[in-house]
Amino acid sequence: MDRRQIWLSLATLALFAVVPPLTVIFDQPFYMDMVARIMVFAIAAVSLDLILGHGGMVSFGHAVYMGIGAYAVGILSYYGIDNGFLQIPLALAASALIGLIFGAMSLRTSGVYFIMITLAFAQMLYFLAISLEEFGGDDGMSSMRSEFAGLIDLNDAMHFYYLVFAVLAGVLFCLHRLVLSRFGMVIRASRTNERRMQAMGFPTYRYKLAAFTIAGTICGLAGALFANLNEFVSPDVMHWTHSGEIMIMVIMGGMGTLIGPVLGATAFLLLEEYLPQWMEMAMTDAGEHWAIIMGPILIAIVLFGRGGIHALLAASLGRNGNNGSKRDD
Amino acid sequence: MTEPALKIEGLVKNFGSLVATDDLHLDIEAGEIHAVIGPNGAGKTTLIAQLSGELRPDQGRIQFAGRDITGLSMPARSALGLARSFQITSIFPDFSTLDNVALAVQAHAGHSFRFWQPAGKDQSLRRPALDILENIGLAARAAEPAANLSHGEQRQLEIAMALATEPSVLLLDEPMAGMGRDESGRMVELLRGLKGGHTIVLIEHDMDAVFALADRITVLVYGRAIATGTPEDIRANDEVRAAYLGTEAAIEVPHA
Ligand SMILES: Nc1ncnc2c1ncn2[C@@H]1O[C@H](COP(=O)(O)OP(=O)(O)O)[C@@H](O)[C@H]1O
Ligand SMILES: [Mg+2]
Repeated sequence: MDRRQIWLSLATLALFAVVPPLTVIFDQPFYMDMVARIMVFAIAAVSLDLILGHGGMVSFGHAVYMGIGAYAVGILSYYGIDNGFLQIPLALAASALIGLIFGAMSLRTSGVYFIMITLAFAQMLYFLAISLEEFGGDDGMSSMRSEFAGLIDLNDAMHFYYLVFAVLAGVLFCLHRLVLSRFGMVIRASRTNERRMQAMGFPTYRYKLAAFTIAGTICGLAGALFANLNEFVSPDVMHWTHSGEIMIMVIMGGMGTLIGPVLGATAFLLLEEYLPQWMEMAMTDAGEHWAIIMGPILIAIVLFGRGGIHALLAASLGRNGNNGSKRDD
Repeated sequence: MTEPALKIEGLVKNFGSLVATDDLHLDIEAGEIHAVIGPNGAGKTTLIAQLSGELRPDQGRIQFAGRDITGLSMPARSALGLARSFQITSIFPDFSTLDNVALAVQAHAGHSFRFWQPAGKDQSLRRPALDILENIGLAARAAEPAANLSHGEQRQLEIAMALATEPSVLLLDEPMAGMGRDESGRMVELLRGLKGGHTIVLIEHDMDAVFALADRITVLVYGRAIATGTPEDIRANDEVRAAYLGTEAAIEVPHA
């Protein structure tokens, strides 16, 4: 966690901060919604980075916590409870609880078993959501935007944007502190060599479980914002492909860097948005095959760009060293 | 006589049909340096793994200062005062040398559910860690990423991390593995300095070091202890010469 990483984080946040005035000046309100969406995913990706990048826990079902946060808001809204001061704590509590339960079971395994079991748990809830006819089943249901006693009005795009921005900045700051704390040292060291940690006296399981739960809770918060963003909730948010996308954002941006996944989410969602259009310009009907280009881009980043976008930017900021990425051996 | 630091009774560990520990009975007396020697594959590391709690024995019991610890986990044994160093250097290469030791100090400084204050500025961890690095002769390298240390320095760091947990019993698995003559010499001095304050189970191939340091030696062959005794006893033991010392021409049994 060197200075460049902090500068990069501040610069990125500063860019996000000036988007709304720019969209007003250039009268392009669409971009405000798009960047808000990017930031919602960035929160999810940063939360995954805590356990994936820093903790080495390859959770392949992280989108499920977004789903729980989203459904917490959606279901309360369905019963006419739009109060955000109730919805948000419930979203946090529900995703924390599920994170704790899933984590407690998954963390008894490791390696590919851990990947499979986190995936299985996520798919389990995905199918549960589909079976909930009351809440729209497969089709999902619409959800009102949360009310915050008139303090902020989420129906105002600018208010919503800055709420998401504040959450993202707050999450980044808190996780930055956490990663450097005693707890963070345990999590990071356990990724490198869990056996040594246990031999030194750390009961690593409980620390990993706590990290897993924290990550799930933050992702649940992203989910609550996601429900507000779309004014709609559906099982799709929990689908495994969504988990995969969040993971790609983390890897693209640079694992174990916190700000990297924010950049990864930005790059991924911009590519997803514009790649089809660019391809359409090059060749008619090519746009629907955008994955043909996206796939190789991702593979190239994984193979050649170790450390992701973060490493590229940090290196270009000069003063090399371990080029900013936190990988071992 | 006082309680042995470690009492090993009827320990058995099988890997499939391979018997890695074969009905081992052994008392490690408090305060002694007890060397365990034997050819590669004799089961020395497997023994350490069972003493430290990484491996569960198939049979037998291990007592630590009179208390049965056979069922305890690694962290629980560490909390009681058992520390282990690894044959294959097991440090945190991304962290600085000081961070590595401070982490070991942290392991025994209460729980680590502390989420806010940076550990890297916590003097209650840094100061004891720096003291240990000073004692061990690595203080000048404190800020260096552990990955940049020489092999010998990494082996020293390995010991420093074990010491930082303030153990009463040290289980050292080939601390001099891969070291040059000078480095080994320094390690011998280091271990000699620990004598008295700690009970040490020392696994080592360097016979000069073993005979220079050990109060008693146990010879392990195919998981069996074929002899236990003072260095003089072991040197004079025909079975040991035949089974082990004599077979490895490279190993000269040094003269006292
Ligand atoms: N996890 C394991 N699974 C199977 N066999 C093992 C395992 N660990 C060690 N062994 C075998 O047990 C025997 C003793 O190994 P070890 O304790 O490492 O010997 P030493 O440390 O004395 O060289 C060897 O034959 C080794 O191959
Ligand atoms: Mg060995």
